[in-house]
Amino acid sequence: MTFPLSDLVAILPELIVIGAACLVFALDPLTPPSRKDWLAWFSVAALAACAYLTISRMGTSVSAFSDLVILDPFAGFWKLLLYGVTGFTILLSLAYLKAARLNLGEYYGFILLSLAGMMVMVSAADLLTIYLGMELMSLSLYVLAGFKRFEARSLEAAAKYFVLGAFSSGIMLYGISLLYGVSGSTRLSAIAVAVTTRGLDDPMLTLAMILLIVGFGFKIAAVPFHMWTPDVYEGSPTSVTAFMAVASKAASFAAFLRVFLEGLGGLKANWYVLFLILCLATLALGNVVAIVQTNIKRMLAYSSIANAGYALIGVVVSGYVPADRAAQAFGLSSVMLYLVIYSFMTLGAFAVIAMLRKDGVEGDEIDDYAGLAKRQPVAAFLMLAFMASLAGIPPTAGFIGKFYLFMAAVKADLAWLAVVGVLFAAVSAYYYLRVVMVMYMREPEAAGAEFRLVTSPVLAVALACAFAGVLVFGLYPNPLVSFATQAVLVLR
Amino acid sequence: MAQLFFFYFAGIIVLTSILVVALRNPVYSALSLLIMFFHVAGLYVTLHAEFVAAVQIIVYAGAILVLYLFVVMLLNLKHEDRYHAQFPVGALLGVTILTEVVLLLLQQHGDPGTPVAPPDTVPPAAAIGNTEAIGEALYSTYVFPFEVASLILLVAMIGAIVLAKRDLFDVNRKA
Repeated sequence: MTFPLSDLVAILPELIVIGAACLVFALDPLTPPSRKDWLAWFSVAALAACAYLTISRMGTSVSAFSDLVILDPFAGFWKLLLYGVTGFTILLSLAYLKAARLNLGEYYGFILLSLAGMMVMVSAADLLTIYLGMELMSLSLYVLAGFKRFEARSLEAAAKYFVLGAFSSGIMLYGISLLYGVSGSTRLSAIAVAVTTRGLDDPMLTLAMILLIVGFGFKIAAVPFHMWTPDVYEGSPTSVTAFMAVASKAASFAAFLRVFLEGLGGLKANWYVLFLILCLATLALGNVVAIVQTNIKRMLAYSSIANAGYALIGVVVSGYVPADRAAQAFGLSSVMLYLVIYSFMTLGAFAVIAMLRKDGVEGDEIDDYAGLAKRQPVAAFLMLAFMASLAGIPPTAGFIGKFYLFMAAVKADLAWLAVVGVLFAAVSAYYYLRVVMVMYMREPEAAGAEFRLVTSPVLAVALACAFAGVLVFGLYPNPLVSFATQAVLVLR
Repeated sequence: MAQLFFFYFAGIIVLTSILVVALRNPVYSALSLLIMFFHVAGLYVTLHAEFVAAVQIIVYAGAILVLYLFVVMLLNLKHEDRYHAQFPVGALLGVTILTEVVLLLLQQHGDPGTPVAPPDTVPPAAAIGNTEAIGEALYSTYVFPFEVASLILLVAMIGAIVLAKRDLFDVNRKA
């Protein structure tokens, strides 16, 4: 083992998360069942330490472990987002796990190890590291998806996610091995060199690129690689669905942007067309199929597919204007901005779903929400805010996120794409606002069981944060925008 | 000579891989998989990667395949016809993709093979021996991914216990 100590210092946040996960696993048998909260608080403390470290190193770019790992502002941006999402998930889980009778300490360990995988992904400068990080993330998520073992839906979700995930990893590895064959290395920098020397129309590169798109397309749930999403999101415990829908998508987008801009940046003229097709298909299918959903978790699954489509608009823009650095950076930073905002509103919506229970069962049918505004006005109002934000109605943050993406498209002479995006956003308003309509306009079923709120002061604080995020970034997005713009500068 | 071996091993690998998915009896499928593993190991030997070849046989043929057979026998799956109903669709898509890949690769002009960048800085295997070369690379250049891989195994182990242990939740209910 020969590596400088500075390498270990560089990956200190990763080490803290991994160490905390191992400690959670080790301490779990020693904590009495009524005291599992301690493990959650311990995990949150570890996240806070990591966030402090990452913020204090924000301005610098360091590579470690013979350039397999790179710690730059781009990675820092995503890591901070991931810490936030993970912290929120843990706070949301505290009450949810107790109510769902899933209160196992291992849960927090898996969440942390999944986070460790995501951190490896976002700061990887090598396809091998990206792949392993992705597997660490996914494998933990497979287990978490099946955590509700006594429920067939949850097991089905885990099995489906696992089999399809393994399949997509295989396809991605195929692409990685072809890239290795072309460039003789798995380093993104070496691949970039190979791309420029081999030229645009090299069939091996094209094939490798397509296979990589399939692999990443699965992880970000882009059509036509989205089939797993509704079933997995519906079957998994709601707190896990929230984590999957937000954190794994954000981390996959980060790795995906780095691979396609740093490694395959020379192939922009080739890949933007493919992403354009993916983007249009994702927007169309996600938004249209969401309309007919009756289960709110499935509806949010299609909404998360559609949101991947919106984020892809920014990726298309960055490939469409290879010469115009400013427009390109604008496209990328709007993707990052959108994903941050998406995190706030989606986590918030899932938190409200996790809170509401009927007869001890989760009410996840949209009809269950009838008359919620009268029974639980605060919960209904929060849901209203998150749904309005998802639909992109000002003054919420969702509007700002979509606005920046569409502006990026217009700046890059892709005004028609912005128009398509706006049209689909209008379609999406129908199914988001339908939830609001059901909550506020419809009378509660007389004979139906009452909604009970499973809440705790912690969850209230978390929800308040999400709500504040949706509102504050909607009114004053400048700090977030400049943060994203700075982070994106390191990418070529 | 080397080409002859390559085509032998490659041909058998393709053939047995098709058999794995095409045969209806899962035990036969598993045995075709075994033959495939051996030929993949043969391919590694022709590449002078003796260590990888040995690992391939010990881990895949020795451990993983035995596990497959155990599962097949425990579940007593004799004929699994369910997925064969989708065969026409699968075949259609598979042939389409294969044709596309072949067409794409036929466009290849000039020298197809030579990688542009020199392979990573691993000392030539002949100089220090195969196993040492891999050990050297794993514990110096690639120590970070190596450790991440060990975490993946940790998740797999704990995950299997969490998902399979019977009384995990009953304990919880009492509490």
